[in-house]
Amino acid sequence: MFAAAGLALLVTMAAALARALLGPTVYDRILAVNAFGTLTVGLIAVLGFLMGRPEFLDIALVYALINFISTLAVTSYVRSAAARTRPDEAG
Amino acid sequence: MLRALSLAIGLAVLWLLLSGYWHEPLLLGLGLASVLLSVVVAGRMGGLDDEGHPVHLLGRALIYWPWLIKEIGLANWDVAKAILGWQGPIEPTVFAVRASQASDLGRVIYANSITLTPGTVTLELAGDRLLVHALTRGAVEGLQGGEMDRRVRRLAG
Amino acid sequence: MALVLDLLSWVAILIGAAAMLIGALGLLRLPDVFARMHGAGMIDTAGLTLILLGLMLQAGLTLIAVKLILIVLFVVYTSPMTSHALARACLLAGLRPLGRVEADEGGGRSSR
Repeated sequence: MFAAAGLALLVTMAAALARALLGPTVYDRILAVNAFGTLTVGLIAVLGFLMGRPEFLDIALVYALINFISTLAVTSYVRSAAARTRPDEAG
Repeated sequence: MLRALSLAIGLAVLWLLLSGYWHEPLLLGLGLASVLLSVVVAGRMGGLDDEGHPVHLLGRALIYWPWLIKEIGLANWDVAKAILGWQGPIEPTVFAVRASQASDLGRVIYANSITLTPGTVTLELAGDRLLVHALTRGAVEGLQGGEMDRRVRRLAG
Repeated sequence: MALVLDLLSWVAILIGAAAMLIGALGLLRLPDVFARMHGAGMIDTAGLTLILLGLMLQAGLTLIAVKLILIVLFVVYTSPMTSHALARACLLAGLRPLGRVEADEGGGRSSR
């Protein structure tokens, strides 16, 4: 059952990665990478159960926080960069 | 002062649960030091007011959260149906709703509850006017019914 | 009792996995970035929460379950903030959502 959950997570991550590669705007990519990070948190937790090593949950916890901060940082960076150039160049 | 105490207790419980060390005096001392440092830093940053650490809402939040979880479940079902195309084409809509809460904290809780519910995202919060993007007709009508607004007002005024 | 808990956790993991796959489908096929946020919201709330709930039921009343609850709380508290920041950045960059606009005026103004 853990393996099935891990498989579903991996398929979803592939879809998020496809969206990140397809774009079309930079905000689509940020959204997809944020979803990818959330899925990574789930995958780390499931892997911890699959391998019988619950210490992985600490890593998942830290990853969730880093994911939040990095998404906000990238969003704010892109926003200030887009404010300096024309909006259509930010894509 | 009471707020600082409640923050310290919360952080200490968090430290104990996350570390799992209950019997080693050295590590417990270091944990205590980090809790105190965090409280002092939070106080210096001005984070110990009723917006930074809204612990007085906890009792009423225990009534609000189960309702919010139920709403999120129903909204997930709606969005799943819309994505799978079981109810015809989707109808993305941008519309404005009024937030009737008096405090900034209440309005922010309302906006975040809207965003947390799938199918609706708050685009902008200006004064008491919220600009919302919704995926389906049902989500628009659900929000315009105003039950979430009333419940958040009861939670945070 | 153990069997009931097992069954419940399997159901939670299965529904969570299904919600994630549907959210991924939404991420791929919805028309614009504002609509795709709803798919991502589904992954954040239903998908991750239900899978971690299933793991919680497997773990029982231990520190592991407490850590899983903390992960769920962090994700649920931070997900609306990132969504809102992203939506605002899209608006400020001049992107306009597809579909109907029922607001009385354009939403690109800054609130300050």
